[in-house]
Formats: sequence, C-alpha cells, structure tokens
Amino acid sequence: MIRLSIPLRQILSRLTLPFMLMLSLGFVLIGRADQNFTDHLRSGLDDILAPAYMLVSRPIVAAENGTGALARLLSLDSENAALRRENARLRQWQEVAMALEAQNKALKSALNYTPPAAPRFTTGEVVADLGGVYARSVLVLVSPAAAHGLTGAIAMDGRGVAGRVVAAGGRSARVLLITDLNSRVPVALGASGAPALMAGTNGPDPALLYWRPGHPPVEGEMVLTSAAGGAFPPGLPVGVVHYNAQHDPVVLPLADLDSLRVLRLFSYPDEQPALTPISHSRPAHAHHARSR
Amino acid sequence: MARPTTMWRRRAAGPWRRLDAISRAMFPAIMLVVGLFLLGLPLDLPGQAALRPVFTMGCVFFWSLYRPAALPAPVVVGIGLLLDLLGLTPFGLWAVLLLLMQGLTIALRRRLVPAHFLLTWAAFSALSMLATGLEWVVQSWFVPAALPWQPAGLQIVLALALYPALAAFLIRVHRGPAAVELV
Repeated sequence: MIRLSIPLRQILSRLTLPFMLMLSLGFVLIGRADQNFTDHLRSGLDDILAPAYMLVSRPIVAAENGTGALARLLSLDSENAALRRENARLRQWQEVAMALEAQNKALKSALNYTPPAAPRFTTGEVVADLGGVYARSVLVLVSPAAAHGLTGAIAMDGRGVAGRVVAAGGRSARVLLITDLNSRVPVALGASGAPALMAGTNGPDPALLYWRPGHPPVEGEMVLTSAAGGAFPPGLPVGVVHYNAQHDPVVLPLADLDSLRVLRLFSYPDEQPALTPISHSRPAHAHHARSR
Repeated sequence: MARPTTMWRRRAAGPWRRLDAISRAMFPAIMLVVGLFLLGLPLDLPGQAALRPVFTMGCVFFWSLYRPAALPAPVVVGIGLLLDLLGLTPFGLWAVLLLLMQGLTIALRRRLVPAHFLLTWAAFSALSMLATGLEWVVQSWFVPAALPWQPAGLQIVLALALYPALAAFLIRVHRGPAAVELV
C-alpha cells in the first residue's frame, strides 16, 4: 500500500465524494446518450442473476406448493379461493370464446382468408420480480438454446398477454408488464374490433385511451390485441373492459400479473410493418456481433 | 525479551484476525447486496418494488451516520448502479441520489449522532423524501411527462414506517457481526 502524508490523505478523502458524484452524473449522461449500453449491462446482470434466483426460489416454491399432508390441509382455504377465482376467469374465457366465434364467422365469410404464420415460442419460469417504483417488470429464465432473438417477443401466461420482452441476454429475458407506465398496446374491443390503446398506469389495471369518438367501450367487452402499429399480432386475449370508480374505462387483465410463475414467450415472424418500436430483427444482429 | 514474544503472538493470530476484520468491515456492503437480491424474489409483498430503494436508503443513511467508513463513496456508487440495473430506473440515477444522501448525512453527523432517535428518524424521513422527490423529478423529466405521485408517496411512507425496524436490526448488526474490534 502506498503511504501518503496525513494532509494529502485528508484532501483525498474529502475529494472522494465530489469525484464519485461527478462520475455518477457521467453515468447518467452515458445512460441517456446510449440506451444500448444500459441494456447490455442489464441483460448481462440478468444472465448472472437468473440462475441464482432460480436456485434460491426453488425451496420457496416447494413450500408454497406444499407437498405434505399438513400443508395440503392448510392450503384448503386458499385452494378454495383459487377455485373461485378460476371460476370467474372461466366466465371471462367464455366471453373470449364468444368473441372468437364471432371473429371466426366474420373470417369465414371472407373467402380468401389465409391463416397467419405460426409463432415460435419458448416457456420460461419467472424467477424474480424486478420492478422499480415506476416500472413493472419480471425476469424470466429461458433455456440458452431458445434465448436467441427474444427481444420483442410477447409474453403470455396461461390466460392472456402479460407483457413484452424488452431485453434478452443469453439465458434470461426481462419482460415489461402491460401495467408498466411505458407500456402501450394497441387493442381491439369486442366482437366489432373497434380500435383503442391500452396504456399502463403502474396500477393493477391499465387504462383505455383513444377509442372511437361517440363509441365508448362497453363494460364487459373483451379486449384483444390489434395489429395496428405492427408490434403485436392481432387477436391475443388481453382482458375485459371495466369502468373504475372514476368512470374511466380500464382493462382488467386476464393474466395473473401479481403472481406470475411461468410465461410463454412468443416470437412472431418478422412480417409486420416497419412502425414496430422494438425491431424484431435487431437483437439477432446484436447477438451475432457479440458472439464474434 | 518482551518484544519478540508479542511479535510472535501477533503473527500467529494475524491471518485469522485480518480475515475477521475484513469480514466485519465488509459486512454492511455485503448485507446491502444480499438484501437487494432477496427483495427481488417473487414474494408478492405489497409495494415490493418500493422496498428495494427504501432498504438501500435506510442502510446508506444508517451506516453513513454511525460508521461512515463502512460504506465508502465508491461502494455507494456500485450499490446505486446495481439498484438502477435491477429496477428499471435510469442508469446512474440512484448512484447520484445515494451519494447526495450520504454527503448530507455526513454533513449532519455531528448533530445527529448524539441526538435522540426521534430526531434521526425525522432526518431520515426528510432525506428519503428529498431523494424520492428528486427521483420523481428526474424520471418525469426523462419520460417526459408528469409521472403519478402515488408510487413516490408510497415509497416515502414505507421509508418512514420501516426505518425504526430497520434501524433496530442494523444496531444489532452494528454491535454484533459488523462490530469493529480494536485489535
């Protein structure tokens, strides 16, 4: 260790804080100037953390699942509640089925209908809940074989759209949930498919904006994704229209966003128009560049 | 004759004692990192997203107040960057906020250390309010749109409510596994 004189050491220790402050401000500037830099760091960190989270959360999940007899007795009440919720959700699904039936009829009436290309999908476990005060996101552990080019993939749990992959590393993907403030999903309402925009508010239920003037959303209508803008494929179930206490239309998401355990990530073929905010092909190039 | 024996004793206990001293010195930083990691687990706690900054602010305030050497500024920067990468806050924002918090705490140190706990609690509340307010301003400026104030309010309320429990825990740590023993 270098031995310094006491006054010099005192000056150095006084300068550390201002120096570090300048450095951190520099970091803020770098983060603002180059978003990719932050994304790379973040997905690198996620790649390290995802397996670690998996390791730690396995016993917690085991305890939650409760394999023993006593645990099963204790979980009866919660199971009951879960069944009741399930029932409510199945009723919502009934509406999905009805909406799909209507859509199907409309499509069959159009003779030259060609079905869209099937998406590629991978399933991953939600290992961490990494949001901020103004962000809602979860970390998904995916197999390294499937992690290639996941950015922009659409995340769904068993019931509906949960969010979209914003950053993907070698074995992890960060999913921005539809409740996040930055989330904007073009949607189609009901069987008529009237366009609107679903905007995350950071709360549990995203808001509905920009519906057709004079035709407000109807309570209980199904909300499906719309292909407008090219970021989402049409017709994925998102939620149900509901009017909140302020009489503003919101979407009750079908996906169980509070306790996500497993997500399927769908990568759709790159056939959508160039308006897509997150390009579907960009991460592939980035991946090549990194592996070189 | 006395001098060689003491030399011998010190050398024999040296590596272990040094290891002990290092682990004690690093305890606050390691506890912070492990705490941040654990708060990312999908525990479905209410307001879990706000707990990470609250825990970090509490630890930085406490250690800056009672043992500034435990969390030197570069470590604080590292923890701030970790917090930014874990949550989705702009890169470097929490590093700046935590450093400001540390600077102000150290400036107030002489008055706060001998003061009653209620006063340190009030000081922490004011500082966390300041940091959260700045976070709101900067994030709103970067979006750019006025972000809702409720999440920031929740963060302040959580900081206010949880500090006594956190402080009670940290005081134990301060006296127990992280205590500096004069060798």
